[in-house]
Amino acid sequence: MTLLSVEGLVARHGLLEAVRDVTFELDEGETLALVGANGAGKTTLLRTIAGAHRIASGRIRFQGRDIVDDSAHRRVRMGIALVPEGRRLFTGLTVEENLQLAGQCGRRGPWNLESVYEAFPLIASRRKRRAGNLSGGEQQATAIGRALMTNPRVVLLDEVSLGLAPVAVDAVYRSLDGVLAGGATVVLVEQDLGRALSVADRVICMLEGRIVLQGTAKELTREQVVAAYFGLGREQGAPA
Amino acid sequence: MIWANQVVTGILLGGYYALLASGLSLMFGVMRIINLAHGDLAILGAFFTFLVANDLGWNPFLALVIVLPGMALVGWLLQRTMFERSLRSGVLVPLLTTFGLAIVIENLLFAKYGADTRSLGPQIGNLAFDSWKINSQIYIGHLSALIFVVAVGVLGVLHILLRRTPIGRALRATAEDADTAELVGVNSRSVYGIASGIAVAIAGLAGVFLAMRSSYDPYSGPLQLIFAFEAVVIGGIGSLWGTLAGGIILGVAQNVGAQLNPEWQILAGHIVFLAILAGRLMLTAIEERGGLDVFLGRAS
Amino acid sequence: MKGFQVERWDRVSVAATAAVGLVLVAFGFAPFVLGANGVDKLTTLFVYLILALMWNALAGYAGLVSVGQQAFFGLGAYFTIQLSNHGVGVYLSLVLAALLAGVVAISTSFFVLRLRAGVFAIGTWVVAEAFHLLVNLDHSVGGVTGTSLTALNGFSAGDRREYNYWATFGFTVAILIATFVLLRSRTGASLQAIRDDEEAAASVGVRVLGTKWIVYVFAAVGCGAAGALWLATSITFQPNSYFSVQWTAYMIFMVLVGGLGTFEGPIIGAVVFFLIQDNFGDQGVWYLVGLGGAAIFFALFMPRGIWGTIADRNEIRLLPVGYRLRRGTEH
Repeated sequence: MTLLSVEGLVARHGLLEAVRDVTFELDEGETLALVGANGAGKTTLLRTIAGAHRIASGRIRFQGRDIVDDSAHRRVRMGIALVPEGRRLFTGLTVEENLQLAGQCGRRGPWNLESVYEAFPLIASRRKRRAGNLSGGEQQATAIGRALMTNPRVVLLDEVSLGLAPVAVDAVYRSLDGVLAGGATVVLVEQDLGRALSVADRVICMLEGRIVLQGTAKELTREQVVAAYFGLGREQGAPA
Repeated sequence: MIWANQVVTGILLGGYYALLASGLSLMFGVMRIINLAHGDLAILGAFFTFLVANDLGWNPFLALVIVLPGMALVGWLLQRTMFERSLRSGVLVPLLTTFGLAIVIENLLFAKYGADTRSLGPQIGNLAFDSWKINSQIYIGHLSALIFVVAVGVLGVLHILLRRTPIGRALRATAEDADTAELVGVNSRSVYGIASGIAVAIAGLAGVFLAMRSSYDPYSGPLQLIFAFEAVVIGGIGSLWGTLAGGIILGVAQNVGAQLNPEWQILAGHIVFLAILAGRLMLTAIEERGGLDVFLGRAS
Repeated sequence: MKGFQVERWDRVSVAATAAVGLVLVAFGFAPFVLGANGVDKLTTLFVYLILALMWNALAGYAGLVSVGQQAFFGLGAYFTIQLSNHGVGVYLSLVLAALLAGVVAISTSFFVLRLRAGVFAIGTWVVAEAFHLLVNLDHSVGGVTGTSLTALNGFSAGDRREYNYWATFGFTVAILIATFVLLRSRTGASLQAIRDDEEAAASVGVRVLGTKWIVYVFAAVGCGAAGALWLATSITFQPNSYFSVQWTAYMIFMVLVGGLGTFEGPIIGAVVFFLIQDNFGDQGVWYLVGLGGAAIFFALFMPRGIWGTIADRNEIRLLPVGYRLRRGTEH
């Protein structure tokens, strides 16, 4: 069943078009990896889906309904959760308070404090610490846990490995495995191609705001993705 | 020992200032708006209570049952109509908007009620002037003590609200990062409206107390705003209990000043405020230059 | 860059500046052309204009929202009385008083300019209140009841009117020219940068504090002059009225309505305010309610003011305070 559908999406930063005419669909239970160089428009795309960024034109449908006019907090209540780039935890609140806050949105589901601590043992022992006093990996775990506390139907993960040591990234992905295995619908923005291809069902590669490659992880080779990522094979001077 | 009495009354006066300032502090903490109409909103609360007490013949304390929710509604409306728009427009717009609002409130009150100085003192009977005698020099006014206790109580309730309730978490999160708060399901407009409602209701309460312990007129607002602001800054912006300390310091400074010379009362408060502000600026400047020794040229 | 030229003047701005120059010269002859009433009104208008120019300089150029300029307005009048009482000629007192206001600003600047935004706003207000109270304590100028500038009695009413007019006119012209020169200078560019983004400006070497200081002291001198001139026309000095925050309300109205941060804006705002004051000033409080309401409206919906909105839509820049980029050698 198609959970999320994006059609002809255009989004701008001032005069710069960050997302140009993007169209794709997301089925329930799918894990979609969104890859691309910095500035390709991945974060902007996620933010427009989550409602944090205005779109210039296009449509976003969630569970069949056009949500373009819905505010971010309404979309959370509908079941879209974003783990923002850079974590964006509330540093003045404790880990537990960050989680509790997200849990206040009123959606029911399997995620609550206990289940989140179970999935992310890394932060279970840190629950009373102020979020500003955590390590990178702990912050990332908290950010993901916070999104899960809203019991979403779709989780949008933006660069969870950014700025983390490899060991920490491993820990985060171990916990994520559990989440993904449980049948969650996920869009994952990831710089690390290897990891992206290993956890995803489908891959979309973006370049300068457009989708340049789409396909299942099985049928695409790493070389194909890398080529699309860097725009190789495009003619020099061809319009983007 | 006269000084002791002045200090004691100053501390109690500080309770009033803390109450007055807490609304200003809350609005600034959550929305980063310095509400230049805050003092006038307090006076509005006083007039509102006068209206209810007069027209319905109620005791002013009973009138609070109508006044407080009424003021909260006013705060909520102001947020939704005015403050909201100015939130995303930079620093200038909220200052100018609230300044315009202050002028409008003052002059509308004047248009309706004229320039007469009023007081709610007569309507609360003995409470206005009874006091406990501690010893031959120190007296504690019943009303002053009540105001102090209420102030501490309100600060306590705010503290618990912010630290232990869901709405408090939402307030703190929105204050820190409104965009991300939206991304976890918090309706920031709603939160701002609630914060504004609480802030204005408390301001109204302070205005009522002012009317009881002293007098007021349509143009009393700006001076109260200045006192509130001084209390917040002395105590440290962003600290709820700091506002209590700030209020107390201000109250004591004013009373001690008054003891030296009645004409100096308010000025004494201003001087202490400016001195503390200057002191803080100096400390920051010293820190930026690498510590006191470096600042004084003894090290580098 | 080939094919481009940076210019400051173009046909429109040359014409506009010339027109303004002519108009100013014409105003110099006003006392010979207009009756007593007209001269009085123009004098009042010019005082308003000075205030508007000064508040615009502070908030529009330096980003300093001051709610306490009445401090210098009142001090300008206060120093005039003190100087005059000590034997200094009246019109010389006016000038010295304005400069003394600047000196006071120099001393408060060390402290006030380190405050940020909202704290700065109320900080200036507290400073104004403090000066108000200090002046109230000075019994030599009558304390709270106030006094009059008795030295003016040495002049006939007609002479007084003319001298007041030319003094006010002179100050206004001086301030207009000073503002014009300031904006076209390096300091003007620094101000633009500070207004757009203080940190970025500092990072390219703009001396933020120093630049703000210049504007702050300049504005104090201007407001001090305005206060002294107001005293010259109204003769009586009551601290409560000169140190009233009402003056800031007027300044804010004029600048907001005219156009914050533009050169032409305060001029338009002062004229609008003068017309409103002249026609509705006696409506008492409703007039003030209207002013406050207008301030709110403009702050929320037309923050660029009348001139700003017009200029933005039509890309008009009448007076050459900015730069233009032109292709080739077109003229």
